[in-house]
Amino acid sequence: MSKEKMFEINRRDLMIVGAATAASTGLPATAYAEATPEAVVKPDDLASLDDTLKSTVSFTVNGEKHELSVDNRTTLLDALRERMQLTGTKKGCDHGQCGACTITVNGRRINSCLTLAALHDGDEIVTIEGLGQPDNLHPMQAAFIEHDGYQCGYCTPGQICSAKETLEEIKAGIPSNVTKDLSGPIEATDDEIRERMSGNICRCGAYSNILAAINDVKGQNA
Amino acid sequence: MRAFSLERASDPQQAAKSAASHENSKFIAGGTNLIDLMKLEIETPTHLVDVTQLGLDKIEETDEGGLRIGTLVSNTDLAADDRVRRDYPVLTRALVAGATGQLRNKATTGGNFLQRTRCPYFYDTNMPCNKRNPGSGCAAIGGYSRQLAVIGGSDHCIATHPSDMAVAMRVLDAELETVDPDGKTRSIAVDDLYRLPGDTPEKETNLKPGEVITAVTLPKPVGGKQIYYKVRDRSSYAFALVSVAAIVQPDGTGRVALGGVAPKPWRDEEAEKALPQGAGAVMDTLLADANPTDDNEFKVPLAKRTLAAVLQEAGN
Repeated sequence: MSKEKMFEINRRDLMIVGAATAASTGLPATAYAEATPEAVVKPDDLASLDDTLKSTVSFTVNGEKHELSVDNRTTLLDALRERMQLTGTKKGCDHGQCGACTITVNGRRINSCLTLAALHDGDEIVTIEGLGQPDNLHPMQAAFIEHDGYQCGYCTPGQICSAKETLEEIKAGIPSNVTKDLSGPIEATDDEIRERMSGNICRCGAYSNILAAINDVKGQNA
Repeated sequence: MRAFSLERASDPQQAAKSAASHENSKFIAGGTNLIDLMKLEIETPTHLVDVTQLGLDKIEETDEGGLRIGTLVSNTDLAADDRVRRDYPVLTRALVAGATGQLRNKATTGGNFLQRTRCPYFYDTNMPCNKRNPGSGCAAIGGYSRQLAVIGGSDHCIATHPSDMAVAMRVLDAELETVDPDGKTRSIAVDDLYRLPGDTPEKETNLKPGEVITAVTLPKPVGGKQIYYKVRDRSSYAFALVSVAAIVQPDGTGRVALGGVAPKPWRDEEAEKALPQGAGAVMDTLLADANPTDDNEFKVPLAKRTLAAVLQEAGN
């Protein structure tokens, strides 16, 4: 069981920053605070929360078992980033449109921003940190470096998790919108890869290099 | 997001009871649409019933030679099922035309039916919307309505239903199985699930309080060429401007349902009798009552051309 650590920023600092931001935009600080209720309640504050509004959940993240008490509103993404310090998984749009938060749960890629931590009791979760580390890269991570499959890097963890699963899904015969024949095996063509990666947006536009990286890994597996 | 209590249901009737006994409750399964709407405070349930552990995630063959799809079967698993690909390919085609790989992995069969409209005014809480805030008016009528309904709407709402899957289910004559808080079960045809907006656009389905979808049944396969053709602003991850689900038999007869044009999958069994006469003959009846806006009147000829393309692909 991993011990929960908190970032060195406290609620008071956050409120000061929030108030300063609100002041600079001409909004009253109180209105700003009321309009953005905190969904990520820190463990210290959970005690004051009514029992019906929180849940205890245990799941495995990158092979390590975690048990957490969470505000029911906590998304799986926020639990990973704010409660387990697994900040490799990124928050982009927070609405399932950009794919920066892509992780795998029970072997399937999902948007971690669109699910609640409390709904994942007993699940096996793998994030970019579990895929590989700097001294032991996953082939997809190595290929992204080799082919320069990024510019700013913010969407990259989601792209890599999604790319790995894209090849798995093709291998498993799961059809896509560009699959011509539903009865035979599916070939990992450029069209198939592009279609399956459409849930991962790269604002820097590194798409051609991302495709090259995925093709490289596909070749290694062949 | 507003705070809410969360209860894990152990069987369908208990889920229904829990939902019915809380005034402002919702079921949650995949959550890909509901959580998005809760973040925006368009949906503000105070009680969520977690139905993910009900075990309703199997696809079984029925005695009638059809399929019974558990409500929790993911969109990915349903699209990839060998029997669906072989006997109901229009369903696989519709499923993979929607959303993204990540979303299809999480979204469920029952939840797909119940997703809410993507009308931009429903999403913008600064704007009036009779669906989100009954009685506040409709900003879409006279507003930016390119994506919205050309038929089936009312003076109160012209939202479309966003699902691709539901359009295929409608053309396949699928039925939903439900359980209510008293344990009573019933089956509902897809067409009877949805209500037209009229003057109560906030009421989208005929499900009773607490009534929970447990499965969807498909009748015996009907064969034919099965095609789902979706026209949209970009080639992936976009909602339909117009979509056509069609089953065309060798003699030219068949079935047609439209997506992207109405508050529910749009099909008329009388209109499709004209299929052997071609796309124009079907659409003249199917969209006879169309009442488009200046922004979306293009959808009427587009629907006709899309069906013509489908018939050409079917070889009729």
